[in-house]
Amino acid sequence: MSAVPLRGLLRPGGFARLWRDPRYVSLAATVSLFLAMSIAGGVLYDGFLSPQVFLNLFIDNGFLLIVAVGMTFVILTGGIDLSVGAVVAFGTVLLASLVQRHGWHPLPAIALVLALGTAFGALMGAAIQRYRLQPFVVTLAGMFLARGAATLVSVDSIGIDHAFHVAVASLRIPMGGGASLSVGAAIALLVVAGGAVLAGMTRFGRTVYAIGGSEHSARLMGLPVDATLVRVYALSGFCSALAGVVCTFYMLSGYSLHATGLELDAIAAVVIGGTLLAGGSGYVLGTLFGVLVLGLIQTLIVFDGTLSSWWTKIAIGALLLAFCLMQRLLARRGGAG
Amino acid sequence: MAAPAAEPPRPSLAKRAFAHPLFWPLLALALLLLGNGVFNPGFLSLEWRDGRLYGNLVDIANRAAPLILVSLGMTLVIAVRGLDISVGAVLAIAATVAAWTITRMTAGGGDGLAPLFAAVAAALGAAALCGLWNGLLVVKVGMQPIIATLILMVAGRGIAQLVSDGQILTIYYAPYAFLGSGFVLGLPFALFVVLAVFVALALLLDRTALGLFVRAIGHNPVAAHVAGVRAKAITLALYVFCGFCAGLAGLLVSANVASADANNAGQLLELDAILAVALGGTVLAGGRFSLAGSLVGALIIQALTTTIYAVGVPPQLNLVVKALLVLAVLLLQSPECRGQLKALVQRQARGRA
Repeated sequence: MSAVPLRGLLRPGGFARLWRDPRYVSLAATVSLFLAMSIAGGVLYDGFLSPQVFLNLFIDNGFLLIVAVGMTFVILTGGIDLSVGAVVAFGTVLLASLVQRHGWHPLPAIALVLALGTAFGALMGAAIQRYRLQPFVVTLAGMFLARGAATLVSVDSIGIDHAFHVAVASLRIPMGGGASLSVGAAIALLVVAGGAVLAGMTRFGRTVYAIGGSEHSARLMGLPVDATLVRVYALSGFCSALAGVVCTFYMLSGYSLHATGLELDAIAAVVIGGTLLAGGSGYVLGTLFGVLVLGLIQTLIVFDGTLSSWWTKIAIGALLLAFCLMQRLLARRGGAG
Repeated sequence: MAAPAAEPPRPSLAKRAFAHPLFWPLLALALLLLGNGVFNPGFLSLEWRDGRLYGNLVDIANRAAPLILVSLGMTLVIAVRGLDISVGAVLAIAATVAAWTITRMTAGGGDGLAPLFAAVAAALGAAALCGLWNGLLVVKVGMQPIIATLILMVAGRGIAQLVSDGQILTIYYAPYAFLGSGFVLGLPFALFVVLAVFVALALLLDRTALGLFVRAIGHNPVAAHVAGVRAKAITLALYVFCGFCAGLAGLLVSANVASADANNAGQLLELDAILAVALGGTVLAGGRFSLAGSLVGALIIQALTTTIYAVGVPPQLNLVVKALLVLAVLLLQSPECRGQLKALVQRQARGRA
């Protein structure tokens, strides 16, 4: 249940051990897949291997990345959060409505959105933990609730033209070589770094892994299982709200139909990133690569130009299948050995 | 607390009705309909015109038909501790396959009823295959049901778009439209489809040992297997049946609007179906299920939708109301919450005494 894959990598012979340790095989497969897809793209299409193409992966998938980090923690405990896409949509609509229709400055509005998202997640977590309800049903209800609340705030899409918001949205951080990163992408990278530290180096992270391994054992060890479960869903709610804020920077609008199906993409990214759906094993960095692989599929299809958009869905489904099958095989091998 | 033995040997009729699992769902449905009837006197009226029965009640039942079918399939899958979140995608696949078959066969000059039967067979076959796929992933590979069906949920709409080439397929073929908007004996044809599936299921589950097996698997799959129940084969068959039901619903939906939309047909259907199942009193953890309950649950959802449109509140409220309903039902199903409520009531009673 070690939580820092990099430490293993940095030791001598780290890569060889990587393939022998079933915990790292999924992660290694994802990273290899990402590299192979990048090389294939570079061979097939001109201009694919430019830095900006890869930075665009972060810019275009920034909010997915943030949501997926929160989802990683939830899945690590053996739960699931289906409400994330709806909370993102609610965040965008509320923020846009406060700024455009009620004359708020974006900063307090952002703070309110983040607080509400966190509180919403915590409430769902409390319902799951306290009343022993299944996470998928509770978060399903949460999804209905958040989408409904978003449409109650505004049915129509609200464009944001507040000077501060537009300035932040159009700000580009130069990364050298003419390539640049948006603020949203930078926030997403910070969230990944924060998530990796939280999962690997804190008591909270260790408790999350312990709950996923066996909630009963974690309880017997005297770990704060109940509080941690609530906090994990609160964290996911916070990440979703933050993703909503980043989404408004990206789209400059708030709309109740933003981010439909985002929960599926986030779950797919987490699974492809090598996190076990049964909980207890996985890495935030794996999720980063899971999101990058999903983004790369889309980029490849855009670069190709002849493939229709629905191949994205089929490719993601096929990848999900492949990684789930691999997880089962590894689990069986681990169980036998 | 009084011991159970202290209860009278023959509870009164009212008490027995009160304890019946269908009591609460039926009460909710009746209240919804009556409430509508009070505010809108024309709501409950039925009218016989041109040999057909018209009225809001018929309309609600007709519109609920696809959801009822899907909920029936979902009930059985949930009863064996499973879940199928791909039903919406399967519905879309079935609808596009049916539309594609009809377009192909009528374009070649095919006449008569051949395209109809071909389309129905192809759509139901494709849907059952989808169910088989889900079932194999769950039973043979051993994936968690929610993840196994998530794969088809994500890829399914892509496959449906692949079949339809990204277009909304329009169906110009009268016999097919009959499935969705035809009338038999004055009632919509869809109601007869629902009735046939429901009666067949009820007979199969109540008159054979299958119902017992399903409950046994749901309560404890390992014990059922040890007791000689062919748990894996039955679970697999139930997933196939769930896919089949989604396919039937796809036929009804696409025939009703005479088109198949790979992207939007059956959107959020899985959530409505799970809600219907939960409303009907089926325990989401498996074991205890009620087909009639799910039927009533689906009717409640449709009645709610119709009510919200009829009352004139913004339709967006529908989602919020549904969400609060699910939460209320979930909390009532949870033993912990019931315990707390019971303690609260007892404390108040003691305080009063």
